[in-house]
Amino acid sequence: MQILSLVFTNLRRHRWRAMIGTAGISFGVAAMLTILAIVTGAIGMFQRILSSDSHYLVFERNVSDLFFSSVTREQVEAIRARPEVESANPVLFGIVSAPDHPVITCFGIERTDPRLAKADWRAGKPADFGAKEGEIFLGSRAAEFLKAAAGDTVEIGRGKFKVGGIFKTENGFEDGGVFLPLAVAQEFFHRGNAASVVTVKLKNQNDGGAFKGGIEGAQPGVIALENREFNSTYNSFKILNFTAWAVGICAFCLGGLGVANTMLLSVFTRIREIAVLRVCGFSRPQVAALIFGEAAAVAAVGVVVGLAIGYALLAVLQQVPQFQGYVQAVVEPLVLAGIVVTAFVTAAAGAIYPARFASRIEPAEALRYE
Amino acid sequence: MSDPRPVLASAKGVTKSFDAGRITVLRDVSFEVRAGELVALWGASGSGKSTLLHLLGGLDVPDRGDLVVCDLDPRLEADRLTLRRHRLGFVFQLHNLIPDLTVEENLRIPALAVGRPAAATAARVRELAEKVGLGHRLAHRIQDLSGGERQRTAICRALMNSPQLLLADEPTGSLDETTGQTVFNLLKELAEREKIAVVLATHERRFAEACHRIVRVRDGRLDEIAG
Repeated sequence: MQILSLVFTNLRRHRWRAMIGTAGISFGVAAMLTILAIVTGAIGMFQRILSSDSHYLVFERNVSDLFFSSVTREQVEAIRARPEVESANPVLFGIVSAPDHPVITCFGIERTDPRLAKADWRAGKPADFGAKEGEIFLGSRAAEFLKAAAGDTVEIGRGKFKVGGIFKTENGFEDGGVFLPLAVAQEFFHRGNAASVVTVKLKNQNDGGAFKGGIEGAQPGVIALENREFNSTYNSFKILNFTAWAVGICAFCLGGLGVANTMLLSVFTRIREIAVLRVCGFSRPQVAALIFGEAAAVAAVGVVVGLAIGYALLAVLQQVPQFQGYVQAVVEPLVLAGIVVTAFVTAAAGAIYPARFASRIEPAEALRYE
Repeated sequence: MSDPRPVLASAKGVTKSFDAGRITVLRDVSFEVRAGELVALWGASGSGKSTLLHLLGGLDVPDRGDLVVCDLDPRLEADRLTLRRHRLGFVFQLHNLIPDLTVEENLRIPALAVGRPAAATAARVRELAEKVGLGHRLAHRIQDLSGGERQRTAICRALMNSPQLLLADEPTGSLDETTGQTVFNLLKELAEREKIAVVLATHERRFAEACHRIVRVRDGRLDEIAG
């Protein structure tokens, strides 16, 4: 424990060098936190869209992305006819663009969809949904960036629609998107009578096995997954998560190289000093521990500073109008632990060579030639 | 009559060369130090004094010959560590203190190596600093000390873990005449008071003559010239 005091003394003596190493780790932590928070936030939002008031998700078997899934009206009716089912709501996903806004998510839903009732209506009411032909309903964020109010006409994709109402939800995709009656969406996106997915609420959740077996047996073209099962197996989520970790770890590798560089420089400029420590009784492991201790201290400060920077960045992003609703700084404890562990592993890896070099310094050689 | 004091360090038939054997610095030398002795290794620069000290201190290993220091073999890593931690103290010509640490921080280093409790370390630091007149300088950085104060700090550091043998390599070599004399007197007085044997490598005859025994080092060989 006492060697720790020497660790801190050394960092204090070489504070600029320590700060450079800290900055490397901080940027890695901040980058990883930001990327993972945005990605996991986005995934979480998408999961909540799919699991809105439901237990199971039914979609076309063997599709790589739900946007390409087609569940026909007949299949929806077959699902509804199952004795285990309390309600089944088809949803058709589509993406369109508007002037200055390249991505607007469209949700083709039926009037009975529970998300209509759950939304906070700023203009219009749930009963208006689908009541009049040619009307669409905007999330509050979409209404804001489209500068549209209820009763206005907006141009979305190649169509012009009247705004029938404006709603607010906590979900960024929904709040920045458009609700259309399912039939209107099917026509607009040329999807015939198909929906992308069907969210299913069971009368009794314990009947999940019977429902899954029954619907997959009767309709071999679809697959039914429990929400939790879907979240852990959906390829797009896996790819997004993998990409986020890969980019984050790359950022850390750069930080690790920074630590290795500064630690190595630190050792090279202290060869005589390390020789003196050896003469005074420091063992090789103690010298290595000193270098690892310095790297760990740099990592610890880097983690704290990096988390502060990352959370600040996320807070700022949440306030930027273009990102509002899309950035949800959701950082699960496990992800946070992963970031911290990665930071320390990176710093330790960066310190391996400097520590090895330092522990092998021969005092007589160093004192003779320095 | 033979000296009743126990032999603390002995070298028998030791040879040491550098540059892949091209430069032989010590040639088949034998040497002994007894407990409480103050022995001078006297000779010109490059004669092999420092090399012999390094071998005795386990900072280097001989090509040939036997070495026993405080009943340990300095050629073995584990024994070397025990020697440096508990049995030996080193004082160098260029003090080899860490310049941007304070006197106290420098003195704590040997105690850190052995994991001595903080309170005991603080007491020992204070005791030694008072003995050498540096009690008021503990919080000062090495770079703010005079040459004599630095060397006194180096002596204190060497004594921190209460060694049995002090190896001093030209401790007065970089000091002026008066300061050098003061440091030598201090070294001698401390060694006698703490009952430590000292091997002093020096090129100055006046310091050699003030020791109990003089061993002249010339061309890698030793001659006992007084005792």
